[in-house]
Amino acid sequence: MMRRVWLSAVLGALFLAGAPARAQEKLEIFSWWAGDEGPALKALIDQYAAKYPTIEVVNSTVTGGSGVNARAVLKTRMLGGDPPDSFQVHAGQELIGTWVVANRMEDLTPLFKSEGWMAKYPPGLFRLLSAQGGIWSVPVNIHRSNVMWYVPANLDKWGVGPPSSWDQFLATCKTLQGKGLAHPLALGENWTYVHLWESVALGVLGPDGWAALWSGKMKFTDPMAVKVWDTFGKVLACANPDASGLSWQQAVDRMLKGEAAFNIMGDWAAGYMATTLKLAPGHGFGWTASPGTGGVFMMLSDSFGLPKGVKHRDAALKWLKLLGSREGQDTFNPLKGSIAARLDSDPLKYNAYLQSAAKDWKSDRVVGSLAHGAVAPESFGSQFGTVMEIYLAGMNAQAAASAAQAIADQVRLGK
Amino acid sequence: MRWRKHTNRIIGFLVLLPSIVLVGIFVYGFIGRTVWASLSDWGQDPAQALALDPVTRFVGLDNYRQLFTGVIDGRFRQDMVSTLFFTVFFIAGCLLVGLLLAILIDHKPKGEGLFRGVFLFPFALSFVVTGTIWRWLLQPNGGVNRLPELVGLPRGEFAWLTSKRQIWRFDWNDLSVWLPLVLAAALAAMALAAFRAGRRRRGALALAGTALLGIAAVLGRSVTLLPFPEQHGFNLAFIGIVLAAVWQMAGYTMALYLAGLSGIPEELREAAITEGAGGWALYTRIILPLMAPITLSAMIVLGHISLKIFDLVFAMAGPDNSWTDVPALLMYITTFRGNQFAKGAAIGVILLLLVAVIIVPYLRWQLREGSRE
Repeated sequence: MMRRVWLSAVLGALFLAGAPARAQEKLEIFSWWAGDEGPALKALIDQYAAKYPTIEVVNSTVTGGSGVNARAVLKTRMLGGDPPDSFQVHAGQELIGTWVVANRMEDLTPLFKSEGWMAKYPPGLFRLLSAQGGIWSVPVNIHRSNVMWYVPANLDKWGVGPPSSWDQFLATCKTLQGKGLAHPLALGENWTYVHLWESVALGVLGPDGWAALWSGKMKFTDPMAVKVWDTFGKVLACANPDASGLSWQQAVDRMLKGEAAFNIMGDWAAGYMATTLKLAPGHGFGWTASPGTGGVFMMLSDSFGLPKGVKHRDAALKWLKLLGSREGQDTFNPLKGSIAARLDSDPLKYNAYLQSAAKDWKSDRVVGSLAHGAVAPESFGSQFGTVMEIYLAGMNAQAAASAAQAIADQVRLGK
Repeated sequence: MRWRKHTNRIIGFLVLLPSIVLVGIFVYGFIGRTVWASLSDWGQDPAQALALDPVTRFVGLDNYRQLFTGVIDGRFRQDMVSTLFFTVFFIAGCLLVGLLLAILIDHKPKGEGLFRGVFLFPFALSFVVTGTIWRWLLQPNGGVNRLPELVGLPRGEFAWLTSKRQIWRFDWNDLSVWLPLVLAAALAAMALAAFRAGRRRRGALALAGTALLGIAAVLGRSVTLLPFPEQHGFNLAFIGIVLAAVWQMAGYTMALYLAGLSGIPEELREAAITEGAGGWALYTRIILPLMAPITLSAMIVLGHISLKIFDLVFAMAGPDNSWTDVPALLMYITTFRGNQFAKGAAIGVILLLLVAVIIVPYLRWQLREGSRE
């Protein structure tokens, strides 16, 4: 309580000192979209400004990949009682486990009903967005996590095809190593380990097992879940040992240069290869679902929510309406390199990869990503790195599984 | 006249009052608040972690117990070990390099001023800048690793910041025996010194402490800290960070030593030389002992920098590279990513205590010196 009084006193003083006397309606959007993703956000803001010219949009961006810095700033602001009008957050548990359970968000079910959105999004998505009987954010885009990338010409040269299960992957790995390719899988820095792990886990456990892990029905110490770590260890043996010094882009580069055959990365990699490197989807690079996960779409989604007690609630609701609309999503996503969360987006605005992803999005089983905040709360996700270290330090599957379960118990996962 | 003196005191007090109040609230008040938070369970219940008015329970020292003996806080323990190694190597590196540079410059070479500026310059940079530069230099496939190629040697293979090798490993569980033993040895040395100096009471006290710690070490064998062995050691990835930190701060120690060297009267040196002290003996017997207070000051300043280090590591290796993790980084991650506010506060308090162990005796010593003068 003391803390809030002090913070609001300080912030209040700053506000009084800095605020112009003009009483114009405002909207403050808080996000981590800058750099490559800046133009997509700007297109949305321009669209909003054209629709509501009297509302001044304040774009508060805190840079830093996947929002690590932005989330820290957001927490300080929310604890200080100064919420932005609408903030970006990974849809699912990252929002629910942090802000919804703390009773800081408004239920958006009425908005979804009045806008007729209930039929416009896939039901699997609603399962991930909902908790405590409400829907808590408007998803703007969808990325896919379980994608394996390769260069078709290189695979032809080596005479192998993209594997469709992890067993097949390990066999292919052996074959390639026999042909002198020492590290067939290209891997990057720390978080890409977790990213790879979730593809392995989904492949080993299947979509039902994966969901059971996060609802608490399956324990991490279950023999099946321990087996995930064993498989993961074998997969790691196929990867480059200097991974932790590489960014995910550098890992993709290795695959493109033929120093590795495969790379498992979310489909922002398609944006990097198609837009930045100007490669033709399907020729310059190829893709398939990561081994053992065909027919399953492991998604992550950027979304915006409405905190309780914001200063410009009306303007924020208008913003959310734009984000959830077909025109909003079809403006934003082609620039961002992701697909629309809506089922009725216009395929002609997207490139070949995104069209194929959109097709899968409509037909596949939808599950959520761990590395990108959909299925586990931050308190679990941020400590999962520790589990990964325990595993990497001793390659002991049982120790990693016990540590994961200890953290799950501590943060009350699935409760 | 007395009245004047009185008003002077009142005015003095009034002038000081604002800073006393501000420091009281914003330093000591918040230290108290952090300590209080570290004794609560703030963050364990996600429904309360970020609530507008979080309801927290008092859990005593449970957060501390978990940090030192909990199953999932191995990262904190490794960070404590790492920070210890880092502090030792960083201080030793700065003192050695700084002293060497100071002695060289003290010989008044041509362009003395220029050299002094060059060596002092890194100190003017911020740690973030230093970190970014060295991050580039220490890329495994470039920079420093390529230096040998210039003279025709094969390029270096060390992975620097991405190295995962660990040396001097020990089991955390052994600490319950070793820690009391090391402390007992230190106290025994103190006791010996005190007896030699004829300070009986102090010596007896230190001796009693030694005995107590010896008993603790024996008892420690039956204490299990962790239900399983946990290896910690010196991460070789820290070599790069020590390098960058020494590069930045050696100039500062050089400046301190230079000031000290110029304070040594010329007559003293001449006297020593006439008495037959050569270059080496002049430094080891005369000059270095005179530099002791400066070495101590430098150690204090460098020591508290290294214990609190955050920005350099953040810029060089990022917050997620656990092989170069330090407690301050972990505090940030635990608090603002993991929402474990109480545990983050506990790490903060431990850092504060570590720094206090260094700073407080020094301040007391300084105060005593001051009042003696």
